[in-house]
Amino acid sequence: MPVTNSPRTLFDKIWDDHVVERLEDGTCILYIDRHLVHEVTSPQAFEGLRMSGRRVRRPDATVAVVDHNVPTSDRSKPIEEPQSRLQIETLEKNVAQFGIPYFPLRSASQGIVHVVGPEQGISLPGMTIVCGDSHTSTHGALGSLAFGIGTSEVEHVLATQTILQKPAKNMRVSVEGKVGPGVTAKDIMLAIIGRIGTAGGTGHVIEFAGSAIRDLDMAGRMTLCNMSIEAGARAGLVAPDETTFAYVKGRPFAPKGGAFDQACDYWRSLVSDEGAYFDTEVTLAAEEIIPSVTWGTSPQDVLPIDGSVPSPSDVADPARAAQIQRALDYMGLEAGQKIAGTPVDVVFIGSCTNSRLEDLRAAADVVRGRHVAKGVRAMIVPGSGLVKHAAEAEGLDKVFLDAGFEWREAGCSMCLGMNPDRLTPGQRCASTSNRNFEGRQGPDGRTHLCSPAMAAAAAVTGRLCDVRELVKETV
Amino acid sequence: MDKFTELTAIAAPMPTENIDTDQIIPARFLKTIQRTGLGKNAFAAQRYDADGNEKPDFVLNQEPFRHAEILITYDNLGCGSSREHAPWALLDFGIRCVIAPSFADIFFNNCFKNGILPIPLPREICDELMDDARQGSNSRLTVDLERQVIVRPNGETIAFEVDPFRRHMLLEGLDDIGQTMAHDTEISSFEHRPSRAWVPSITIGTVK
Repeated sequence: MPVTNSPRTLFDKIWDDHVVERLEDGTCILYIDRHLVHEVTSPQAFEGLRMSGRRVRRPDATVAVVDHNVPTSDRSKPIEEPQSRLQIETLEKNVAQFGIPYFPLRSASQGIVHVVGPEQGISLPGMTIVCGDSHTSTHGALGSLAFGIGTSEVEHVLATQTILQKPAKNMRVSVEGKVGPGVTAKDIMLAIIGRIGTAGGTGHVIEFAGSAIRDLDMAGRMTLCNMSIEAGARAGLVAPDETTFAYVKGRPFAPKGGAFDQACDYWRSLVSDEGAYFDTEVTLAAEEIIPSVTWGTSPQDVLPIDGSVPSPSDVADPARAAQIQRALDYMGLEAGQKIAGTPVDVVFIGSCTNSRLEDLRAAADVVRGRHVAKGVRAMIVPGSGLVKHAAEAEGLDKVFLDAGFEWREAGCSMCLGMNPDRLTPGQRCASTSNRNFEGRQGPDGRTHLCSPAMAAAAAVTGRLCDVRELVKETV
Repeated sequence: MDKFTELTAIAAPMPTENIDTDQIIPARFLKTIQRTGLGKNAFAAQRYDADGNEKPDFVLNQEPFRHAEILITYDNLGCGSSREHAPWALLDFGIRCVIAPSFADIFFNNCFKNGILPIPLPREICDELMDDARQGSNSRLTVDLERQVIVRPNGETIAFEVDPFRRHMLLEGLDDIGQTMAHDTEISSFEHRPSRAWVPSITIGTVK
């Protein structure tokens, strides 16, 4: 192992502990502790194994779940769309053939892979975790090195339990201070992406640090790490601490008893050493972050809610100016207009970014005693069956249903429009998901990314607005 | 995987930053269980109108670019989702080489796994190559991976960098799973390290 006495970052430590072999040109065979599999990016990988007569090396380190394609309506009915059904049936055939643990559609624990992994204790600190999905970065919130891979790599991991990679560069994003009321992990992350851009993290793993990050609960840290990929980073990390250990303890697949203590001893060593080298350092002041939304078709198109939409004439580069114009046209916005007050047609609260119990509580706090604005379709899609169940135990379903929200079954839903939940052309959506790309939520749909509290505020007022004004009224 | 050695082909200019994988292949086309057949829906939203007719102003609907095997764009090509359907769609359309000032990491990696060569070059050079591409059907670029150069229509050569391991895999058309499996002994010995004793196994019957 290339372990030296020089100070190392959290990323360096996890990386070093998983290098099986370093090849001549510096490419490493990196061991993978957890491989999460879903229906969309795996069929071709299993087919590849079959064609070459290979087996799955570690079915006991692999877990499958269906999420992208599944309808979020009544689960007792068969899946209508034939292609979606085929993809789900194909996964079921593959997990049976290769002996892989699987959460089926009608399991009480089924949900979005990035919600289920941490919730079940399948994803743990210090691990390397991969999945054929870019938002695998979510699991970095536990202090694990987690990144998305393509289907060829899915096949590679199935066959070898390793991946070929060179080490990433280290970036540290520190957020210091305390955020104001109404400002959430989502707003912090949008501010970071707005600052560094969607390619700002390319080639890097980002470690999120600073007092504002330490103060976040695990759900918040997951929101943050989830969108590392929107900053272009390979992965996001938060050093594991007592908040992490308390979260992990007692989860179904977490180590128990003495093994948990042994693991904790190891996990406590997973912090960046004093003086460790970071290729890039960025610092933000928590006090300067206010509730934010995106205006355009890239996650870096971020505005504080009191901001105004940019104009192509603001920039010198003609290609960038053309891009702003294209985004304005696509989004149906005027250069220079205030973003607050923009009417919405749909509100989507869900996705691997913001569908955990804490997210639903934050939305419910805004909704309680109010009603969805006339003409707005508002949906709540819990991240897993267990999140849904826990929310119902607290009566959150009633808060939402009474206010006119739809209360749906777990899945990726309207984040990417692979299932029946889609925007129709021209519809404008306040969404707690992670991407506002053209067509992401349905062809010609218009997405404004925001926090669950901000999405809830948009639902009850019918417009993008500053949630702090609503919360003030309640107080 | 097909080898990539030398390619002489039409290049399509797309002077746009942040072309994401949702643009390259929208999510609704990811329901396939095969790698092939995605080319007709590559760039679907920009290529077709609501009735499925080609939009004439989109570059890949124009001659000679509908026969392009090289794509040239601006920064951060392939950002967004890890879907390998994006390179599969490009490959199925006929693209074997993508040139841009920068790429998103996962897309960059996925290209190599499918015999597509991604080449990072400074924006000024991408601009020059786009100008070459706009000269029409007689204007072809040659990408020579062995020599690591692009030959412009005027004969000028532009050198490019490529990771030696990935270059080798492309030139030989090798499957890296077979290569890694040759290290089975090392992988097994890693798995039995005492320091890994805390890592739990997941038993099939316990997941429901």
